[in-house]
Amino acid sequence: MGPLRSYGLRLQRKRWLLRAAVKRRELRRVADRTANIGAHDVLLVTTLRNEKVRLPYFLSYYRNLGVNHFLVVDNGSDDGSREYLADQPDVSVWGTDKSYKRSRFGMDWMNWLLGRYCHGHWTVTVDVDEFLIYPFCDTRTLQALTDWLSASSIRSFGAMLVDMYPKGPINAEPYREGQDPFEIASWFDAGNYTISQNKRYSNLWIQGGPRARVFFKDNPALAPALNKIPLVKWERRFAYVSSTHTILPRGLNRVYDEWGGEKASGCLLHAKFLDTFARKSAEELSRRQHYAASREYLAYHARAAQNPDMWCRWSEKYINWRQMEILGLMSKGNWA
Amino acid sequence: MSVGFAMLVHEPLGRAVQVARHWASAGCPIVIHVDKSVGRAAYDGFVRDLADFPDILFCDRHSCEWGTWSLVAASQTAATMLLDRFPDVRHAFLASGSCLPLRPVEELRKYLAENPRTDFIESVTTKDVPWTIGGLDNERFSFSFPFSWKRQRFLFDRYVRLQRLIGRQREIPENIVPHLGSQWWCLTRRTLTAILDDPKRDVFERYFRRVWIPDESYYQTLVRRYSERIESRSLTLSKFDFQGKPHIFYDDHLQLLRRSDCFVARKIWPQADRLYSSFLGAPPPAGHRADPNPGKIDQLFARAVDRRTRGRAGLYMQSRFPNWDWENGKTAGPYSVFSGFGDLFEDFGGWMSRQTGCRVHGHLYAPKRAEFAEGLTNFAGGLTDSAALRDYNPVAFLTNLIWNTRGERQGFLFGPADNQKIAPFIAADPNAQISVISGAWAIPLFHSNLNFGDIRMTAAGLQKIETKCLDVLRSPHTRARVRIWTMAEFLEHPMEALQTVAGEIGLQNEGRLAEAPRLRNLDGFGQFLQNLKNQGMHPHLMGEFSIGSDPGGSARTAHKPKLVK
Repeated sequence: MGPLRSYGLRLQRKRWLLRAAVKRRELRRVADRTANIGAHDVLLVTTLRNEKVRLPYFLSYYRNLGVNHFLVVDNGSDDGSREYLADQPDVSVWGTDKSYKRSRFGMDWMNWLLGRYCHGHWTVTVDVDEFLIYPFCDTRTLQALTDWLSASSIRSFGAMLVDMYPKGPINAEPYREGQDPFEIASWFDAGNYTISQNKRYSNLWIQGGPRARVFFKDNPALAPALNKIPLVKWERRFAYVSSTHTILPRGLNRVYDEWGGEKASGCLLHAKFLDTFARKSAEELSRRQHYAASREYLAYHARAAQNPDMWCRWSEKYINWRQMEILGLMSKGNWA
Repeated sequence: MSVGFAMLVHEPLGRAVQVARHWASAGCPIVIHVDKSVGRAAYDGFVRDLADFPDILFCDRHSCEWGTWSLVAASQTAATMLLDRFPDVRHAFLASGSCLPLRPVEELRKYLAENPRTDFIESVTTKDVPWTIGGLDNERFSFSFPFSWKRQRFLFDRYVRLQRLIGRQREIPENIVPHLGSQWWCLTRRTLTAILDDPKRDVFERYFRRVWIPDESYYQTLVRRYSERIESRSLTLSKFDFQGKPHIFYDDHLQLLRRSDCFVARKIWPQADRLYSSFLGAPPPAGHRADPNPGKIDQLFARAVDRRTRGRAGLYMQSRFPNWDWENGKTAGPYSVFSGFGDLFEDFGGWMSRQTGCRVHGHLYAPKRAEFAEGLTNFAGGLTDSAALRDYNPVAFLTNLIWNTRGERQGFLFGPADNQKIAPFIAADPNAQISVISGAWAIPLFHSNLNFGDIRMTAAGLQKIETKCLDVLRSPHTRARVRIWTMAEFLEHPMEALQTVAGEIGLQNEGRLAEAPRLRNLDGFGQFLQNLKNQGMHPHLMGEFSIGSDPGGSARTAHKPKLVK
């Protein structure tokens, strides 16, 4: 990478930060408890719309891992999500009815919150249907992980998105509020992911899994990206570029080893394919607020109408992080 | 009273309080050095928390920084005070605020009483240690290091480079041979006073002040001058990773630490509540306690370092994406590629599976779909037979397949009609066993019902592709196990060739082929080739067939192949 391209990326980063600063005007404070944030707290940032049914489990899951404070952008929920969140003692909420798409799918809003409140904090940036697992997450809290990352001079932690799905039609078992979604969507694809390197941002581009297998098997190039960097020791000069797939400065994207070794990594278990999915994809399709002309949702919707069964005889049933580690989806690196 | 502790602590102080109280309650005197960078309020609180123990003293404070002399100075100050103020102390034990005692003090006392003149300190010469980090092994003694590695990295690196350039050799004081080792030791009063009261202490200090990480070499070197008996190991279990930073213990290491029979371990994660409450609480029932044996923990950490530096062979994933030739194994295990065998024999895959237990797929890279064994449409790991998905990343398709089936050898048919993009990869992969019968692709054409013009065109195309593929396989970069026969060569001694290929995979029946595969009918094949020639094509990959010869023979099994003249 020459100095020119490097400078180009710098300009790009400045642009996203500027954009975030402008877009902050779209956010209105609903509940601001950020004064309670302690110096060593682990934070979580998310954007959502009408996810009330998912919130109780989501919050309790991340509280258990050791998240101390949640920063949430509510994008025009009318199902009680906003009120529910505003009542939580460890949640700060901002509301907006502005366009999700025009805030680059929530990224501008979140970049603003990240820069404003997360500077110097280890911060998880996820959607409400993404559940982080990492090595030893059953016995060690996020603080143990982030302490170790800090001591190892590591600033960002990769966690690939693993799509989880039920056995049988996805509408068969309804998801109840507060329930562990992986009681229903407990299956995943273990070994059909493809990786290429994005030279520009030096991150990996991972595709595959059940979405490529079921929805994009004739057009794999369109399959969604699964690489994510959801855990970063945030600094106000950082900016997510597109979702949490890419971040600038680009050194933060190097969450992988190129000399044969394995860096520590986790997975984001993706609880997208529940009975809520068909409804959601219809709604999102009518709002047309999603990535690449909602291409993904179009593909889903075409199949979702048929209530697809994503399960196949080679699907793996989720047990724990150790299983994911053995299967090679994540790694302990040198954390022991 | 036989053992006293010199304790070096910095923030967070909470755990240090607990550990100090634990030792003091067992009657051990302690001198604590608190890093000067700890604030006034925190320090006062810390002293107050321990005020009820008269045998806990606090020495003068130094500002400590990793890798510098200050840590040695701190331990000297604390040790001097410990020896002066507690004349009964026979062994001085150097510990830190993130140490955790794993066994009751009584057992440590007993152990030291049994070894009253032994100094427990790891002390080895630089030649013998593989674990120095950053290439500074001898150089840490022959260069000087006035700049801080943490705060002045730029100057540090430049100054090292400069010294390398001029070939600097600092003079090492007389009568000492530099040794290295863990900075956590347990020395006898005799040895420690000899070091601290040495008339030449100034000379040594002047030297070691500018040595890199002197706390790993000052005592370790000087102890060689005075000690009667050195046991070159630390009583403190402390492991370092490949970056030279200590491994940390968490709650889930509880059983491992218990079974290690070590006296003290570091570093403990400050929030490891279960470790602290277990080891500082009621002692476990006294059994027969052995000597420290950290073997299991050594293994665990050695494996972790190996995972970080070498990784798992053949795995490509989000945090391991090696550059070409840095994979430590391009694929996860050996596999076989058969070219032409499927054309020459009926049900070759089934036959090979029966002989070797290898799962032989059809043409995985066929244009229409990936032909998994037994006609499956999906395979291990969720691979599908979609040609589009496979061709999106043909290499990942193969590496995934081999990774997903670890423990079961895979094989597949390959030919010039298949996607050729995989060829350079398998040719470069030492795990691949590639066997080619060149020209055998002509057999299906020979049996086909197409009109001859089309056959001629197809044949010319396939021959061109296979020639290219053979060039790849014969290139000097090839690292696969490659065998290439022309069809004519192969048919001279087919069983011999099959025996070699299958034998390498591993035959199930005492190293012999139990049955022969059925050869396809080749009556008139020679004439077929001649017809191609007559049409102006030159089919050369099959080798030499004469007109009228029917290489398969009437028996049509490979048992009695007819020789082809």
